[in-house]
Amino acid sequence: MAHIPTQPGLPGISSLFAFRPETAKPMRELAHVLLYSESSLSSGDREVIATYVSSRNQCVFCTQSHAAAARAHLKEDASIVDDVLLNGVNASVSDKLKSLLTIAGKVQKGGRIVTDEDVALAKSLGATDMEIHDTVLIAAAFSMFNRYVDGLASFTPQDPADYVEMGVRMASVGYIPPKS
Amino acid sequence: MAYINVPDGHPGIRGLMQFRPETAKALNLLVEELLQIDIGLSKGEREIIATYVCTLNDCLYCRSIHGAIAKFHCNGDEKFVQDAVNDPQNSQVSPKMKALLAIAKEVQQHGQNVQQHHIDAAREQGATDLELHDTVLIAAAFCMFNRYVDGLGTVQPTDQKIYDQMGKQRATEGYLTKPVVLT
Repeated sequence: MAHIPTQPGLPGISSLFAFRPETAKPMRELAHVLLYSESSLSSGDREVIATYVSSRNQCVFCTQSHAAAARAHLKEDASIVDDVLLNGVNASVSDKLKSLLTIAGKVQKGGRIVTDEDVALAKSLGATDMEIHDTVLIAAAFSMFNRYVDGLASFTPQDPADYVEMGVRMASVGYIPPKS
Repeated sequence: MAYINVPDGHPGIRGLMQFRPETAKALNLLVEELLQIDIGLSKGEREIIATYVCTLNDCLYCRSIHGAIAKFHCNGDEKFVQDAVNDPQNSQVSPKMKALLAIAKEVQQHGQNVQQHHIDAAREQGATDLELHDTVLIAAAFCMFNRYVDGLGTVQPTDQKIYDQMGKQRATEGYLTKPVVLT
């Protein structure tokens, strides 16, 4: 049971967003810009980074929901998601994405662990300043989202099927609810 | 020098916010809502929770700026703020704040570290649902801000006067106004 009263039936962060809509709004906007809006990094790759960080933080709700969103974006390449979940930076992904996952993994542990060399390697593999910025901020943001969801013990569905539909919705409309 | 090409003369998160205004907007709205309200917890108490987490994460820029803002909210009492963030359980903050700072410390370590007994202890001191929620989210948010500022290798001044200048502006105007020109 969550540490604060939340609406029954709403899972994970959705229940916390409903408890406090004022903080939900900027958090949704942040996720939308970082994961869904136009970027030279594909939404699939950005969701993989979010999934990887959530998995390292052992946040089941965020890992499962963003893995589902990543699979929905990646379509025939969806197996990348499970490869990264299992093998981390040794997964069969591009060298550029590996270098970004390395940076994200360090940010998950602590910002100060990221080195000049990590960034130089990513740049040598074609990563732009904007892509490095977004990788660091995605990893940092999920260090927040994961702690928010778990720190308040929000409801985490156990059936993987519950996340499929969630992921499809996240991949199709993003994170800002449609205006009613 | 930061790892990415941010404009000169803008230390810490300020340079990053100029680099990417789209994410800056959401980040500023989030701190405005978490730190610039006096519902339940006062602005000073909220900034102390933030500064405490920045101290645990050892982020010089965030610790210094939010310490400065907290000081302005607490009538300039630097010792009160520094004692609270360096050793909260032996500081002059209220028993409720001590219980909330204990929760913030668990969140800083790992979300799943928050246990029912931490929540019960805070409720016994009068903490409300909203205060518990905001404490967890402030702690979580600063685990983001600290990683953002440090993970991109931003310039972080050591001169406290710079932070006092920026802190005064944020304490009086909040987080949504254009940054003051540093002198």
